[in-house]
Amino acid sequence: MVRFENVGLRYGLGPEILRDLSFLIPAHSFQFLTGPSGAGKTSLLKLLFLSLRPTRGLVNLFGNDVSLLSKDQIADLRKRIGIVLQDFRLLDHMTTYENVALPFRVMGRAESSYRKEVIDLLKWVGLGERMDALPPILSGGEKQRAAIARAVISRPQLLLADEPTGNVDPTLGRRLLRLFIELNKSGTAVVIATHDMTLMDQYDARRLVLHQGRLHIYE
Amino acid sequence: MSRTDHELGPLVDLGTERPQVPARARIMSPIVPRGSISGSALVAVVAIMTFLASITTGTVLLVSASAAEWQSDVASEITIQVRPSPGRDLDRDSAAVADAVRAQSGIVDVRQFTREESAKLLEPWLGSGLSLDELPVPRVLVARVQPGSAVDLEALRRRVTQAGPTASVDDHRAWIERMRSMSGATVVAGLGILALVIVATIISVSFATRGAMAANRPIVEVLHFVGAGDRYIANRFLRHFLRLGLEGGVIGGGIAMLVFGFSESIANWFSGTPVGDQFAALLGTFSLRPSGYLALAVQAVAIAAITAWASRRTLFATLNDIE
Repeated sequence: MVRFENVGLRYGLGPEILRDLSFLIPAHSFQFLTGPSGAGKTSLLKLLFLSLRPTRGLVNLFGNDVSLLSKDQIADLRKRIGIVLQDFRLLDHMTTYENVALPFRVMGRAESSYRKEVIDLLKWVGLGERMDALPPILSGGEKQRAAIARAVISRPQLLLADEPTGNVDPTLGRRLLRLFIELNKSGTAVVIATHDMTLMDQYDARRLVLHQGRLHIYE
Repeated sequence: MSRTDHELGPLVDLGTERPQVPARARIMSPIVPRGSISGSALVAVVAIMTFLASITTGTVLLVSASAAEWQSDVASEITIQVRPSPGRDLDRDSAAVADAVRAQSGIVDVRQFTREESAKLLEPWLGSGLSLDELPVPRVLVARVQPGSAVDLEALRRRVTQAGPTASVDDHRAWIERMRSMSGATVVAGLGILALVIVATIISVSFATRGAMAANRPIVEVLHFVGAGDRYIANRFLRHFLRLGLEGGVIGGGIAMLVFGFSESIANWFSGTPVGDQFAALLGTFSLRPSGYLALAVQAVAIAAITAWASRRTLFATLNDIE
């Protein structure tokens, strides 16, 4: 599904922050991406999401060499990827329901075709009572759950999550992890970037550890 | 590989928690909120530009129509002057010339100005109570040409000179040429002003679009995250700009049409005054024909379309810079 070969990344003329990354993310797989702060986890997620281009090496996503893709092709590939960022990126003028339903709206689906699914998922993540609330009045944890719901609602083939349980209590953290596991069982490859050891200990999965720009894989 | 809900079943199982799904559809907020684009300033700019463009076009149409009218009036007449000369009878010469002109093919009528009418023509310069006997004032004859026919001017001149050696023929060609150049210059100046107005509109719209894109950058980024292409995003913004352009076009074009609609009444208020008379002489009744109003309406829609086009161009250029 995803193949990196000798990938390097630097910002501008600065030092290389990711070096010689070579790994595979198979379909239906589940992995944690971990490492100390500043190790490049978010940059690697951005490479996987195609919002950054590598300065060297080959990135192959869903069978496509990303260096050869046009903007429209990248947009099409992104429809198959869900992403949860640390800063949530919710649209403040839209309700929680509308934010979560946004991927379906962009796909051009009628509201009636996804309404039940969105409401079910909002209930699942504990936002059933906050469906009509605007993001500015949601707590940090609620925003995070809304962002996760938006990323998983269209059942992407690849889910990327950057510290998805960073703002929630342990009970809700376990519940969200269960959601990711369910999603993975239904066929989605999952990459969770975290340094929450408790979260990683709850599920036996492959670990990708970034250290000083290099990747170490523990199967 | 595409996966459907049918293949996968529900994403989450809520068990007894299953909510009651509301039967009615939700009213969804626009993806790009209307208030996020500073519309009133852009509407004002487009309205002012459309107003200026409409006034320019209307004035050009008025001047062109009046010039065409003058040209057709002047071109349908030929003036013959019979100058006094010692030893010759001016009245007899004038009568002979009038007969000669009538005999020329293409001439439908000849009017001989009487002594009194000639004195009346000179009154603005020489005052009233003028005695033409004391002055060598030529006698004037005006011949009307049959519409659509070309008069053989050389033959007419020969005929006129035979009848009265001191007579001369003026077909007003110099005047017509001057009028033609004046109306041509007015049209060119009008087109120049229109071009400037359109360029200024495009620049204003481009700035407004860039401003709107900068203000809505977070929305654009999120739309990219959920897989929206540039075309989808641009269309969300374009609707706003097309609406703003139409609003501005309708306001500016509408006010300009009202100005032309009331201009006839305004001209009437000034009739009898020197300024009013000059305007009436220059622009006739100062009223646009229905086709003129149609041209202004088409122009307002065209400016709205230009606004949308300029906005679309800037949108795609800006989207290229946003990941």
